[in-house]
Amino acid sequence: MYQYDELDQRLVDERVEQFRDQVARRLAGEITEDEFKPLRLMNGLYLQLHAYMLRIGIPYGMLSSVQLRKLAQITRKYDRGYGHFTTRQCLQLNWPKLSETPDILAELAEVQMHAIQTSGNSFRNVTADQYAGAATDEIEDSRIWAEIIRQWSTLHPEFSFLPRKFKIAVTGSPHDRAAVRFHDIGIVIHKAPDGEVGFEILVGGGLGRTPMIGQTIRAFLPKKHLLSYLEALLRIYNLMGRRDNKYKARIKILVFELGIEELQTLVEDEWNRNKDGPLALPQAEIDRITRQFSAPPWQTPASAPNQPVGAVHAFENPAFEDWERVNVAEHKQPGYAIVNLSLKALDRVPGDLTAAEMDAVADLADRFSFGEIRASHEQNLVFAHVRQDDLLPLWRSLGVLGLSTPNLNMISDIICCPGLDYCALASARSIPVAQRISMRFQDIKRQHNIGELRLKISGCVNACGHHHAGHIGILGVDRQGEEFYQITLGGNAGENASIGKIIGPAFASADVVDAVEAIVATYLAIREVGETFLEAYRRVGAAPFKQRLYPEPNHAVA
Amino acid sequence: MTLLVYTANRVSDGVVVFLAEDDGWLEIPRPSGVIRGADMEMRMKAVAEAAEEAAIVVSPYPIEVTDEGGEIRPVSLRERIRAYGPSIHPEFAKQWPIADKGY
Repeated sequence: MYQYDELDQRLVDERVEQFRDQVARRLAGEITEDEFKPLRLMNGLYLQLHAYMLRIGIPYGMLSSVQLRKLAQITRKYDRGYGHFTTRQCLQLNWPKLSETPDILAELAEVQMHAIQTSGNSFRNVTADQYAGAATDEIEDSRIWAEIIRQWSTLHPEFSFLPRKFKIAVTGSPHDRAAVRFHDIGIVIHKAPDGEVGFEILVGGGLGRTPMIGQTIRAFLPKKHLLSYLEALLRIYNLMGRRDNKYKARIKILVFELGIEELQTLVEDEWNRNKDGPLALPQAEIDRITRQFSAPPWQTPASAPNQPVGAVHAFENPAFEDWERVNVAEHKQPGYAIVNLSLKALDRVPGDLTAAEMDAVADLADRFSFGEIRASHEQNLVFAHVRQDDLLPLWRSLGVLGLSTPNLNMISDIICCPGLDYCALASARSIPVAQRISMRFQDIKRQHNIGELRLKISGCVNACGHHHAGHIGILGVDRQGEEFYQITLGGNAGENASIGKIIGPAFASADVVDAVEAIVATYLAIREVGETFLEAYRRVGAAPFKQRLYPEPNHAVA
Repeated sequence: MTLLVYTANRVSDGVVVFLAEDDGWLEIPRPSGVIRGADMEMRMKAVAEAAEEAAIVVSPYPIEVTDEGGEIRPVSLRERIRAYGPSIHPEFAKQWPIADKGY
């Protein structure tokens, strides 16, 4: 994985000391909260309902076991012994003291981590496919390009005060596991008919109040022009994006107002002026970054014989077979597999991991996956390089930790924002709803019978829980002081992205799990052989679901 | 009559605090902090603003509460969660006997 060079390390170290001084001045009353707020946000420090919250960036979701142990140590020493993996491959600490935050950042810097640009109106953590470097369908490793973008975008002087935050995601596979179509810029690696590898650039995707699917602004961009093109696109956004209304400041609104063709023309004009300038990527630099993502020393196929996923140890242990079928994915290297660690067991908070679990996962990563861990935007963890021979002992170890629930992409594998239990912006709680749904559908055989069903919950319209992109989406709303939940159906975050449609009036908190149950029952009644929930919904539309949910007019309170 | 208490987050650690008349900023709302009358309202507002100026608290504001025999309970769900802690983590709860009555 990428190792900081001297410049990277100095930048992060200097930022820690700069922030230490800013915190000292704030604590001494020398600067006001209004003056301090933009400074702390630039270092990922929010003030939430109960305490400060520190959002630590995990570039493209990739952690070493050393880093994960450091995170465990930090949560023990400075926080309350757990962290929360977010939908953008970051880790949040919910209880840091302001006075200790510089020490936390200093400890993070020791393991080449930081919280710079995890908030504020600038580039956010660059995300990527959690299977990068291991996926069978991968054209090229997305982490290489995410890292190149990270280096270009970190403290970029021209783009430090964008109209609004800016999120970029990269996938190197046609099967989109990184939700790139719901990012300000989504990058899809393609191979042209002549064999050249380059990028499709999508722009204007996003969730929040105004969900939109990214549109292609350039169908194919040669590799060496990635940064010059992004710079041109960002320059146009920085100049033309709205600053008069924060709800209309994201680039998706600019795309909507200008139209993709006009934006494309403006960007191409800007790009043509600069594309062969200093940002044209030298092959030597691409090669330097590529070397940082070399494959780990896989064993030869002879010593790690390959078997199709699902066939390993078949008939020995039904619970293991369930886990292997659901949570294990094929690896491009014969004899290896990709293992998903579910953070969505029945009694868990989606995305939370305790310090003890972090240490244990780090140990397992050392033993089974070359000391490397990935965080997914679905708030799970991934061991990307596990020998098939090791699947059974790994499964047993994960079982002890409660991280082997075979529910990947099932109804209980819920993406869920922190909601009103933590978040100052939230309208309603989301975690208790996720836990109640998990409880209702706790029978894993039932979940497997239902099949793939992505359920996503947000506690407010800002949509950190990606509810618009859920096959079933749940949005918490405040109705005169009471928690209500609006349900959307038919959203999808993958390569066939879609935005869920509101099915009808919102449900009271006490009724929302029954509503989900009714939706699932409707699906089971109408599905054809082999048809997933999303396929069935797209075939029949909302009508049968609506009929089941609202048999009588005014059943629920709007 | 609407009962109000000033609340804020403490600058040093972000913890939720409530203004009590004689005891300053406490993590649990006290009956002495409940504003009764215009004079007290002006006085508590001034104390809160001074505390913000002195970088003791961030963004103080009044919240509506009920006083049930000395048990001061915020009215809105958001403020109850602020006062009691996350509803999903009873181990972090403040005022658990009160919080246990429900958020």
